[in-house]
Amino acid sequence: MYTDSLKAITDTTAAAHEQASQGSGWILHHVTDGRYLDFTPFGKIDLPVFNIGGYELAITRHTIFMWVAAIILLIMLIKTAQRYKKTKIPNRFTGAIEVLILFVRDEIAKPSIGSGYEKFVPYLLTTFFFILFANFLGLIPFSATVTSNISLTATLAAISFVVTQWGGMKKNGVFGYFKGLIPHGIPVFLLPIMIVVEVLGLFTKPFALAVRLFANMIAGHIVIYALIGLIFAMGTLAVAPVSVGMALFINLLEILVASLQAYIFTMLSAVFIGMAVHQEH
Amino acid sequence: MDLAHLAAGIGAALTIIGGGFGIGKLAAAAMEATGRQPEAGGGIRTSMIIAAALIEGISLFALVICFILAGK
Repeated sequence: MYTDSLKAITDTTAAAHEQASQGSGWILHHVTDGRYLDFTPFGKIDLPVFNIGGYELAITRHTIFMWVAAIILLIMLIKTAQRYKKTKIPNRFTGAIEVLILFVRDEIAKPSIGSGYEKFVPYLLTTFFFILFANFLGLIPFSATVTSNISLTATLAAISFVVTQWGGMKKNGVFGYFKGLIPHGIPVFLLPIMIVVEVLGLFTKPFALAVRLFANMIAGHIVIYALIGLIFAMGTLAVAPVSVGMALFINLLEILVASLQAYIFTMLSAVFIGMAVHQEH
Repeated sequence: MDLAHLAAGIGAALTIIGGGFGIGKLAAAAMEATGRQPEAGGGIRTSMIIAAALIEGISLFALVICFILAGK
């Protein structure tokens, strides 16, 4: 812990100069997960590691911020629901949340899923708000972007996959769902290829969802770190106005990308659910 | 001489050429359509943003592979 802020600044810049002169590994070090909360130059908070049944479960930065996103989500949406239950007139805060809720229901769920869309709206709302808050949390200084972790986006995509298959099988029956994957009126000799293609297609869609969200989030942050690191790589302060200006622009672009990626993930989930539930080829 | 880093750089450049070309064509079509019928501007803008995000998703798949290569 530093008591002299000037010494803190000079020590940090010396460390950054030394790191930047040794290649670019420090970018990945800042962007990926770690077992401590990093508030340099004001110190670090080490996070606990639990040993349960032979497995080492560590509480990492991304875990903490995932919990923060989930708690914010719960507080905001439960307050909105309680206000709606008490009186159907929204106040300023719940009105703003209701705009987003109605957007997800009327622009994403209803056009993509068609009839029977009400059952899937809670899942789509949860996905949209969680990814939105997690993405926005990553833009605050000294925090971590949870959705830039491939494990988290793979889990979200896997849950989306489960909801899609469950919805499709509930509507069409297990065998009827697989039969409906293959379009009508194709020649018999094409059947083996079509089966392989359709079953592979079932798995590539959630994979694409996961990688799209992960890559978009991590690419933005890597660009910001690289632009700021340009100051240390060049070793001069004269690059700073250009560098900080461009980093500011990329930060603003990141706001757009954060909301857009939440919308795209939710919309593609809704489209896949619609394709599974109403199988008309 | 590290071929993995060279491959990462060339791969990223080619990916961005493809992505930029695709999104450029998309934006040109959107501008033309909005010029023809300004009242449909909102709907065209929404569709353009969605299509741009999907094209960018593809180019970022290739970029992830370039990151893996550059980390070798």
